Amino acid sequence: MSTHVLAAEDLSGFGTDPWWLIVIKVLFIFVFLVLSVLLTMWAERRILGRMQLRLGPNRHGPFGLLQGLADGLKLGVKEDLVPKNVDKWVYILAPAAASAPAFISFAIMPFGPQVSIFGHQTHLQLTDLPVAVLLVLAMASMGVYGFVLAGWASGSPFALLGGLRSSAQVISYEIAMALTFVAVFLYAGTLSTSGIVDAQERLWFAVVLIPSFLIYMVTMVGETNRIPFDLPEGEGELVGGYHTEYSSMKFAMFFLAEYVNMSTVCGLSVTLFLGGWRAPAPISTIWPDANTGWWPMLWFIAKFAMVMFIFIWLRAAMPRVRYDQLMKLGWKVLIPVSIVWIIVVATMRALRNAEATTTTWLVVVGAGLAAALVALYLWDRAAEKRREAKETAKEQEFATLKAKPTAGGFPVPPLRAAHYGSAVRDALEAPRPERGTSAKEVTGA
Amino acid sequence: MDISERTVGVGAGAAQTGDAVSAKDMATEDMVLNIGPQHPSTHGVLRLRLRLDGEQIVSAEPIVGYMHRGAEKLFEVRDYRQIVVLANRHDWLSAFANELGVVLAVERMLGMEVPERATWARTLLAELNRVLNHLMFLGSYPLEMGAITPIFYAFTEREYLQAVMEEVSGGRMHYMFNRVGGLKEELPAGWTGRARATVAEVRHGMVRVEEIIHGNEIFRARTRGVGVLTREQILQYGVSGPIARASGVDFDLRRDEPYLAYGELGDVLRVVTRTEGDCHARFSCLLDQVAVSLNLADACLDRLEALPPGPINQRLPKVLKAPEGHVYQWTENPLGLNGYFLVSRGEKTPWRMKLRSASFNNVQVLKELLPGNLVADMIAILGSMFFVVGDIDK
Amino acid sequence: MELYVPILVLAALSAGFAAVNLLIAAVAGPKRYNRAKLEAYECGIEPTPQPVGGGRFPIKYYLTAMLFIVFDIEIIFLYPWAASFDRLGIFGLVEMVLFIVTVLVAYVYIWRRGGLEWD
Repeated sequence: MSTHVLAAEDLSGFGTDPWWLIVIKVLFIFVFLVLSVLLTMWAERRILGRMQLRLGPNRHGPFGLLQGLADGLKLGVKEDLVPKNVDKWVYILAPAAASAPAFISFAIMPFGPQVSIFGHQTHLQLTDLPVAVLLVLAMASMGVYGFVLAGWASGSPFALLGGLRSSAQVISYEIAMALTFVAVFLYAGTLSTSGIVDAQERLWFAVVLIPSFLIYMVTMVGETNRIPFDLPEGEGELVGGYHTEYSSMKFAMFFLAEYVNMSTVCGLSVTLFLGGWRAPAPISTIWPDANTGWWPMLWFIAKFAMVMFIFIWLRAAMPRVRYDQLMKLGWKVLIPVSIVWIIVVATMRALRNAEATTTTWLVVVGAGLAAALVALYLWDRAAEKRREAKETAKEQEFATLKAKPTAGGFPVPPLRAAHYGSAVRDALEAPRPERGTSAKEVTGA
Repeated sequence: MDISERTVGVGAGAAQTGDAVSAKDMATEDMVLNIGPQHPSTHGVLRLRLRLDGEQIVSAEPIVGYMHRGAEKLFEVRDYRQIVVLANRHDWLSAFANELGVVLAVERMLGMEVPERATWARTLLAELNRVLNHLMFLGSYPLEMGAITPIFYAFTEREYLQAVMEEVSGGRMHYMFNRVGGLKEELPAGWTGRARATVAEVRHGMVRVEEIIHGNEIFRARTRGVGVLTREQILQYGVSGPIARASGVDFDLRRDEPYLAYGELGDVLRVVTRTEGDCHARFSCLLDQVAVSLNLADACLDRLEALPPGPINQRLPKVLKAPEGHVYQWTENPLGLNGYFLVSRGEKTPWRMKLRSASFNNVQVLKELLPGNLVADMIAILGSMFFVVGDIDK
Repeated sequence: MELYVPILVLAALSAGFAAVNLLIAAVAGPKRYNRAKLEAYECGIEPTPQPVGGGRFPIKYYLTAMLFIVFDIEIIFLYPWAASFDRLGIFGLVEMVLFIVTVLVAYVYIWRRGGLEWD
């Protein structure tokens, strides 16, 4: 066993940039993100418009391209309102706490291979770390502070609920998201993003690890609070969610944070699953130079835009899920499936590494199937038992409530009021049918 | 200065304002949440006072009256022609059906015969108005659930229909096309053909509305088994219309107490019912009612084209006075039963005109329906109760 | 350490950007005092008095946070294992499967006790 378990990556190409190159790259990333936010907003509204039989914004600049800029400027000159009973400092700093970490994740995003800038050989990537992907997860968690503190400091029940929902949702989906990465690291043997892109030279991980990729696609929508998982700001229920009380640039910063987070998860999906900056198969086959020089940046941005399009498409097509459905999907489906998938991938990989014989393969697969069947059987038994218990409990509760309808805060219409007339008598004499919502109420009591 | 003192006198909610929130259990505190009067999902100024335990509703109370305009009192100082303009405003999405009730009531008081052409044209326009109303809710309900596209599909179809209504009446919302004794004027030449084309167009467009939302998994998950209304609750609270029919209350005035030309449309008029009584059933009731109404509109158009030319209204005296007496005229409005109880003392204005609006009764049942549900379900339930705030507050 | 310097530069830039935005918000907009505007939004009525600091949260959120920590720690163990999986061989696999199963037992326990229910 190697003693340098973690120092295996070759990061020698990084950390050698002169200061002016660092500044150029930092500025590039910053401008890229701000532009991508503006363009995504524009594209989103235009595409949504098309999908909804209307035009979308087309007045500001060619094709309405400057609409985002106009909106930003408008927000900038709006009155900056600080409501009366907010926790002032937290209230003011929360938008900054939400938007600042969002930018940092992009530091490790590989836009392309080594190129020469003013005679200096450098990677088209700000930097790379042995723990690059962890940085993204850390920054995502940092961004949650902004949301939850905004909700907490606003002093409004809508904002508070929105902030709590947001934090609970983001951390739940972050677990599932982080688990999907494990399979990628298993195959790539590294956490550094440039290393992961190199590992996909032959085949994209989206193909090799389809379940991981699909789970990632779901979690990335949950992680960025977008439809169908946009509950923290579900305007039908919580009006604006955590940013209800925000106006002017502070509101714009939450908006910015959301879109930069979208950019981050899109960039991450391209890097970890869609081959990074490498040209897609038909192009790279007929054009060997597609993966050299500055061209890869084009492939990266093209893939990036395609993943972004999925976000927009979802928004046009989907309603919002309910909060318990969201949490159920995250905790009861995505996480266990991810964990089991990790075990499967690890076992397969270990067997291949050990150059196992066919018999071993068969034994392992057979054992796995047997274990799955046993687990399924036990699960079914347990579910059956629970269902029975639930039924009995419901019946018992129903019996008590029938005897004394007002027990336990059970909502009962004013049955005995004289003016209700014959309908009431019928209802009283007939066996009281079970109310539709009673199942929930009774078991929840 | 403590200004909260000033605003508490608003209906039943005042009783609960400021009461010490009793801790239901050790784990959590109940939280008071006011939904409305200004809230995106009450589309208007309905207010719900909710007590929450976490995300669960412990108690709910609809507080109405923010939009009260004193319609009934205003009826008393308007003559019968002027009442029509007021009456079509309480439920602004079913203006034609509202004005229809008033003129039917006055005609019954007068014992007036309405020309056959007017009856069929009224039936047709009432059904088109029903489609317009339903399309609004078929779009806005998904919107409240976060699906932003269906409302644009629904409004596209509404736009076609509104063009037809506008051509015939000059109005897009408040048509003012009914007169005591008939309609305002003859239908424009060639209008029936254009109306027929539009009905076909809308029928085609409804497929799009249905496909994008009705079968959607998330939509089903959020609406199935949510907010179930029982038959008993419906009878106790006087809930009517598609909401009642979604719970298996098979009652539709168009069939059960035919007015206008509905008696002759028995083979086209299918009363849409569901048995589940949940939000999804209410939504699909609405969806199916649109198809039925479009069929009815087609049948009316057939009949109108076959009718010989003739008058479409009656000549009225300069001063229109209803004889002394009283009458109750109810109609099956898009949202439910809409009734006018008209008491006349032989004056040119009613002595009293009581308005029984559909939405008022329909929202009262929320008090029963909401407790025990999640806040998110509250939106699904509220949206599926299909109300117009003006119709609640009158 | 050179690897981390660019990140710090980017962090400084984004923090500066956020600060400038906050400053713009405070400086550029008009200021028109209106008492009603300064109330918290509660659908157009007088806000119900809220407990100071938002009051106590429902315990479900606390539970979610605790579960998050459990799984986050599991993930922190999984990452280095995954990155060096090929060098650890079958031994690494067996070790980690045992670890995952241990966490899964806890997970099933939470599930059975209703810790994952959001009624």
